[in-house]
Amino acid sequence: MKNLVTIILLLFVISACNSTSNKKGDKKSAKAKKVALTAAGATFPMPYYNMVFKSYTKKTGTLLTYGGIGSGGGIRSLTDKIVDFGATDAYLSDDKLAKMPAKVVHIPTVLGAVVIAYNLPGADGLKLSDLLLEKIFMGEITKWNDPLIQKNNEGITLPDLKITFVHRSDGSGTTFIFSDFMSKISTKWAEKVGRGKSLQWPVGMGAKGNPGVAGTIKQTKGAVGYIGSEYAFAQKIQTAKVQNSSGNYIEPSIESVSAAAKGEIPNDTRIMLTNSADPAAYPISGFTWIILYKEQAYDGRSKEQALVTVTFLDWLESSEAQSQAEKVHYAPLPKAAAEKAKAILRTVTFNGKTLLK
Amino acid sequence: MNTDKITKAVLQFSSLIILLVAGGMIFSLVEGAVPAFKEFGFKFIFSNNWNPTEGKENFGALPFIAGTLITSVTALLISLPLSFSASLFLSEYYRRTRMAKVLGMMVDLLAGIPSIVYGLWGFYVLRPVLIDLGLPNQGFGIFTASIILAIMIIPYATSLSNEIISMVPNELKEGAYSLGATKLEVITHVIVPSARSGIVAGYILSFGRAHGETMAVTMLIGNANIIPNGLFSTGNTMASVIANQFGEAEGLKLSSLIAIGLLLFLITGIINTIGKFIIKKMA
Repeated sequence: MKNLVTIILLLFVISACNSTSNKKGDKKSAKAKKVALTAAGATFPMPYYNMVFKSYTKKTGTLLTYGGIGSGGGIRSLTDKIVDFGATDAYLSDDKLAKMPAKVVHIPTVLGAVVIAYNLPGADGLKLSDLLLEKIFMGEITKWNDPLIQKNNEGITLPDLKITFVHRSDGSGTTFIFSDFMSKISTKWAEKVGRGKSLQWPVGMGAKGNPGVAGTIKQTKGAVGYIGSEYAFAQKIQTAKVQNSSGNYIEPSIESVSAAAKGEIPNDTRIMLTNSADPAAYPISGFTWIILYKEQAYDGRSKEQALVTVTFLDWLESSEAQSQAEKVHYAPLPKAAAEKAKAILRTVTFNGKTLLK
Repeated sequence: MNTDKITKAVLQFSSLIILLVAGGMIFSLVEGAVPAFKEFGFKFIFSNNWNPTEGKENFGALPFIAGTLITSVTALLISLPLSFSASLFLSEYYRRTRMAKVLGMMVDLLAGIPSIVYGLWGFYVLRPVLIDLGLPNQGFGIFTASIILAIMIIPYATSLSNEIISMVPNELKEGAYSLGATKLEVITHVIVPSARSGIVAGYILSFGRAHGETMAVTMLIGNANIIPNGLFSTGNTMASVIANQFGEAEGLKLSSLIAIGLLLFLITGIINTIGKFIIKKMA
């Protein structure tokens, strides 16, 4: 909850900064002052977006607003055409793409990790294997000092505490990444629970949003849950080392998340990076995407508006933006992914003519 | 022009707007809920299976109906002795004293605290205490939510009963005293019988308030979409599931959430009707 308050305050601060820096920007670029971009969606990349959006406003004077309303909300806002672009952690399936009012393209913006966060004082560096993850999150292991967990974590004293699983009570792209990973490592999970933005949970209790889950875990001894990495690092919540497909226990870090994206990426960039084959990869990693309409001339949008949109998104793929990712514990996109994103942006049109060269 | 006519027109116009808004709300609730009822029929009300996973979608409202009713009833039971005592204290025993003034002010203050503040207090203060007392589920659940709800409805129940009890004619009370009745006898034989319809109405209003309460409950009930299997189990209420899942919902899920809203509306309506009926019978 503390985090929620921080974020709200942050939003105020950002909007305040936006308006002041815009005044400065008036002098620098008189052209951009008329155009403001509105976006909404995933909360998972929000710490990163808040930062880079602000620095773009400083640089160009273009006003940017981002509403962290969840991936589903981002998709719905784009469907309703009330934003310039949406943001989501779960890419749109072929089925969903077909249902959108017009052709939509995805561009990945940054790499992030979903961490297994827990609250066990004195038990840092917990190692969780596939089997343990399945048993803990299916509710088959209920105590932290269960011999199965102890056997995997020699040298760590585990308390006689009940395991409290905290999941999201709202629909979420973070849940999608987590459940996608669980479905890959556990057939039992895949059959009984499956993957999705919201699920029928076998056990546990819900809290709203990444900040809500992080706050509940921080306040509750014996709690465990999955959250976007920055939310755990910012509040100094313990995170577990997770077993990857090569059998190594990997700590979530910028290097291990980057390693997950080393493989081949399809041209439309729609790929889940969970359970990567790379031996150094953190297995619950993923892209987060920005989605926009391929044809930008809709609802009376001006060409200038469209041009500012794609110019900004193109800047997001530049090394200037990507190099800021590490400050908030996200990993920059691999070169190949950024190149593909730039290529996609060059297919975005206004009245049939491409906007960027 | 006749000022009377203007007044009448303004009044008619305002009333019409209220009527339109209420009607529009009912209409859009019903319209939004139709797909869910078409898909699941009456099973929607009696099924406890709430599965939003794509491809396996199945929605049943029973866990939330149960959660709502259990928390509201428990809250009412917890608040009843407290608020009834407080209203007697204010209106009979310490009438027009400084003590009553202070207590009355505190009660009014409770009514003014926003829901989210109750939730925060429950999360950071009440929950740790309950964990120390050995409550399971880390202090989350029906019981914790009910305590917070009870505190939230105390001001309503108290000030309403207080008003009603103050309105009992003095002649009646004086008559009883002159016959040698004690204070307690006056309360049980004179005040309660003549004020009971008002008191009951106060509690029904409070019950209605407990039904729709969202934020504080969401923060404390545990948000598990199951039928609670006891007072200390986690659960979820109708208002809380809507607040939690509305943002991401689409298609059938969105319709199911609207249908839950409609059910909440109906249940509150039924309870209010029962309340009015009781008042009529007793008066």
